[in-house]
Amino acid sequence: MKLSELGAFELLPMIKRKEVSVEEATVGILNKIKAVDRDIQAYITVTNEHALQRAKEADLRLNEGKPPRPLEGLSVAIKDNICTKGIKTTGASVYLEDFVPPYDATVVRLLEDAGAIIVGKTNLDELAMGSSTESSAMFPTKNPWDLQRVPGGSSGGSAAAVIADEAVFALGSDTGGSIRQPAAFCGIVGLKPTYGLVSRYGLIGYASSMDQIGPMTKNVRDCAMLLNVIARHDPKDAQSYTGEPVDYTQFLIPDINEVIVGVPKEFLNKGLSKSVKDAFMKALNKLEGLGAKVVEVSLPHSDHALAAYYVISSAEASSNLARLDGIRYGYRAAGCEDSASMTAISRGKGFGSEVKRRIVLGTHILSKGNFEKYFNDALKIRSLIFRDFEKIFKECTCLVCPSSPTVAFRIGEKIRDPLEMYLSDVYTVPPNLAGLPGISIPCGFDEEGMPIGLQIITKQFDEATLLQVAYTFEQATDFHKKKPQLQKYDCGSESTRGDRNV
Amino acid sequence: MRLSKEDIKRISDLARIELNEEDESLFAEQMSGILRIVNKLDKVDTSGMDQMVTPTGFTNVLREDIALPSLDPKEALFNAADREGAFFKVPRIIEVD
Repeated sequence: MKLSELGAFELLPMIKRKEVSVEEATVGILNKIKAVDRDIQAYITVTNEHALQRAKEADLRLNEGKPPRPLEGLSVAIKDNICTKGIKTTGASVYLEDFVPPYDATVVRLLEDAGAIIVGKTNLDELAMGSSTESSAMFPTKNPWDLQRVPGGSSGGSAAAVIADEAVFALGSDTGGSIRQPAAFCGIVGLKPTYGLVSRYGLIGYASSMDQIGPMTKNVRDCAMLLNVIARHDPKDAQSYTGEPVDYTQFLIPDINEVIVGVPKEFLNKGLSKSVKDAFMKALNKLEGLGAKVVEVSLPHSDHALAAYYVISSAEASSNLARLDGIRYGYRAAGCEDSASMTAISRGKGFGSEVKRRIVLGTHILSKGNFEKYFNDALKIRSLIFRDFEKIFKECTCLVCPSSPTVAFRIGEKIRDPLEMYLSDVYTVPPNLAGLPGISIPCGFDEEGMPIGLQIITKQFDEATLLQVAYTFEQATDFHKKKPQLQKYDCGSESTRGDRNV
Repeated sequence: MRLSKEDIKRISDLARIELNEEDESLFAEQMSGILRIVNKLDKVDTSGMDQMVTPTGFTNVLREDIALPSLDPKEALFNAADREGAFFKVPRIIEVD
């Protein structure tokens, strides 16, 4: 195994024992990026110098005898809609192409304080709006399992970077599936925490009543380690959870004997591809074999979740993105005669189609007459969906379903038809509406070798159960150990020097 | 309800986004399709349901009204396209006769 392939829980003890220096581990990852990212294009910015500087500082600390921090020397990729002080944060938008934040997002501060090394900023659908990373204004990211396919989205760059070993782990953000769907498409673990568990201060807001930042990792243990560091109360996020920090790694016990797993029957109907359904049914059998009791449940209003989601998220986006006005930061069109046209032209030129359409749709929804008709109704349907979940969690410990109805689709396949694209989030959107945590873990491959994800959902703030069920399944399967073959990466090449066998 | 190109033009004016003609036609078609699906929400019985604005029920956070350190004006102005002294500079806002 190469150094760059190690998960956080394997690499950290080696760094602690000084078998590997932080610099060596960091160089291994940076070289991997050099070797494969020309093909994959997971990164918008690679922070070579910053990372090497931090790595040297970390080694110095350790050599001075200071105690290692919880994520000491682990290379992390940050989705490029999360602000990093002094490091360009583009949101994959022309509008923010040159934006250099004057402050760090709270999660970035927490990660660096815990010793993690930022190696770069990853690609996304522009301003996190999309399901394939094709809406990035920079370039589309390729799925490392098949370069002709999308990595999912919007956190497609983070997902691709993790599976291609271009980072030990990554942060993504999830408003309607943007962590879990790309995690499924790329065969990694992706957790959307309960709404409010992780601070969003410094995240470029999309739909603030649903946005959450979360971990994207190679395995469930790494996911718990990363969550331990970022799940903190933050007075700078008005919706931040006020509970005490929890050590999530203590719940990594392979035991689901008392667990009752609900399977929403509505999620196994139309639109679900055969290969995903087959893998899902096998996963159910596995869970049963491990001791869980599986019961069929119903989410009667889930059919309406996607429509309600697009009403609410577009409305919130139109309001949120009004701040991008060409005045204080971001792109400004030259030569405009007055401020109003300057804003309109800057936004017209600075935003891509998907973003413009969602803002225009949101503005339509929030205008007089439509507000009552669409928006208020969608909020009531949100209550209905919340109540459906509440009922289920009275009898079930968790819900399971596929993370997405299909495996990763081909680049260009769905980009012209937004409705078709939105369907890939049909199973991930309901937890966002209800504020619930959801995790996607690898549960199989289709006949062409593309990964398939299993989504587990629990009640709010029950990440402990979520991680325990995920861990139990993972430990009894091998799907998370399989890696894509990256052609241009062979052990002897110049660019992989420093990434030694371990 | 079908949205026309003119509807899109009117709404995008409200949203302060200048669209080209191609986008106007494309959005009219795409948004009409989206609204066709959204209109089905009309048929759902939502009687007695509250409007759920946020899923966890947290209320906004208040703090004591004490001045705390904030961004240095230089840093705050760094990303502005145009500035003068400690101010953001914009094209004319008020009409001059």
